[in-house]
Amino acid sequence: MAEAQVRNFNINFGPQHPAAHGVLRLVLELDGEVVERVDPHIGLLHRGTEKLIEARTYLQALPYFDRLDYVAPMNQEHAYCLAIERMADIIVPRRAQIIRVLYSEIGRILSHLLNVTTQAMDVGALTPPLWGFEEREKLMLFYERASGSRMHAAYFRPGGVHQDLPDQLVADIEAWCDPFLQTVADLDALLSENRIFKQRNVDIGVVSLEDAWKWGFSGVMVRGSGAAWDLRKSQPYEIYNELEFDIPVGKNGDCYDRYHIRMEEMRQSARIMKQCVALLKVEKGPVLTLQGKYAPPRRSEMKRSMEALIHHFKLYTEGFRLPEGEVYAAVEAPKGEFGVYMVSDGTNKPYRVKIRAPGFAHLQAMDFLCRGHLLADVSAVLGSIDIVFGEVDR
Amino acid sequence: MSEALNQLTGELAQAVGSALGTDALSVDVAYGEVTAVVVRERIVDVVTRLRDAPDLGFISIIDICGVDYPERAERFDVVYHLLSPTRNARVRLKVTTDEETPVPSITAVFPGALWFEREAYDLLGILFSDHPELRRLLTDYGFDGHPLRKDFPMTGYVEVRYDDAQKRVVYEPVRLNQEFRNFDFLSPWEGTTYVLPGDEKVKTN
Repeated sequence: MAEAQVRNFNINFGPQHPAAHGVLRLVLELDGEVVERVDPHIGLLHRGTEKLIEARTYLQALPYFDRLDYVAPMNQEHAYCLAIERMADIIVPRRAQIIRVLYSEIGRILSHLLNVTTQAMDVGALTPPLWGFEEREKLMLFYERASGSRMHAAYFRPGGVHQDLPDQLVADIEAWCDPFLQTVADLDALLSENRIFKQRNVDIGVVSLEDAWKWGFSGVMVRGSGAAWDLRKSQPYEIYNELEFDIPVGKNGDCYDRYHIRMEEMRQSARIMKQCVALLKVEKGPVLTLQGKYAPPRRSEMKRSMEALIHHFKLYTEGFRLPEGEVYAAVEAPKGEFGVYMVSDGTNKPYRVKIRAPGFAHLQAMDFLCRGHLLADVSAVLGSIDIVFGEVDR
Repeated sequence: MSEALNQLTGELAQAVGSALGTDALSVDVAYGEVTAVVVRERIVDVVTRLRDAPDLGFISIIDICGVDYPERAERFDVVYHLLSPTRNARVRLKVTTDEETPVPSITAVFPGALWFEREAYDLLGILFSDHPELRRLLTDYGFDGHPLRKDFPMTGYVEVRYDDAQKRVVYEPVRLNQEFRNFDFLSPWEGTTYVLPGDEKVKTN
């Protein structure tokens, strides 16, 4: 028999592939069904956020952060607000800190629900997204009732949050927590011991801890590999050091472990939310700092106080200025460490803002993660590293 | 609490300073963060030492980015952020470079630097030597220029639209229907560097 000419296949995965989680174009080099090389082409959603921010005042730049990881918008705003607050030395009122934690955890559940369920869809299950999205819808209503917008909230402001929460909303969030645990249990029953789900995820995309650090992984990606590393515990911000919650850690560093961590983190987030609700019932007071140079006065005050009126005018025309310098602030976003590196030149606009998105660092390891896997595993790996293109492309 | 934090960062700054030795041009602490300015040619050696020193253990690469200061002779700062999970500490390294001089790539030490360096090349035009594939990352195929440079206009140079006659997307030079508006909100009472229209004759007498 004559020797056959064997040639590697090159195929394009995306940019319109449903399992690409947005606009990702993967150029795959295949030897039969085995992946030899992965070359992700990104930037199809590049909007030049960092360039745009340089031409806006600090407050005007804030809504751009909603549009990065658009499944957990407020967590991004949080990092930006923390950076400004650290530079300007703004003290955030305690009630605002609690509200921020509460909504950060809502964001975490929003993101994990989307990720866990769509990953299940990537490997063949259709029911989990339908169940998960029902809960997401309720959570987005909580977003809307706090900020007026389901997704692009612009709710966290330098110095606190924009508006106080009504008592009824707090009560409704509390009432949501326990039934949600049942939804998580249902998802768990659907997926955790499912034969197909396990076949597609166990021992797929294994990362050793050393590699995870070297590739700049964070969040679930390092916890899956066995590091008990969570910025909420290790470098606590807001009131996280007063709250009780556990950090789930994986053993094997594969897609299945990462799935389990996300499930457990949702339960822990619900636990944090309940504690926050309890605190909010006792803790009353302002939700935005009273330092008038950075945060606008309340509307009622503007009717009486000339100074408040001047502050309002100055803040919404010139905006506030930050001292010269540079600062890096990071939060534990659902996908990992989301950081903002801000350089200020002393004017009312940031000189440079670099957005450190966790998905960017994770996606660059696609080649490393998928090499030697089968073609079908690419979508499982892609699902488990939790990519959202808003933050990767910026 | 902040005093304890200052003490911690002070200790960290000392440890980093002694690990870097003469490779560091300066080590500063600001806002509880340690910043070291490093000799450009030594950056690979510096990050290797920070990674391997047992009492430091900066084993994770967080970020690499460029900052553009067009008025300087070496216009770019390349800023590295490293994280030490064992010490629970962060450090920021800076090197300076210009448009032609390449910065040694640290991809051999941290593979996670691959895309961050590509991004800095794409958006600012900073060159990295020994980078395995220094090509554009975020901008369009065939894009020209480096958009994050301060002298790159906000609106760019080309725009795309779908041309119904040719049945394809066409590239055209940007046509602005109104002048690009860059509002200057800085207070004219606080020592502006420019002359307001109509004020030209104020200081002549």
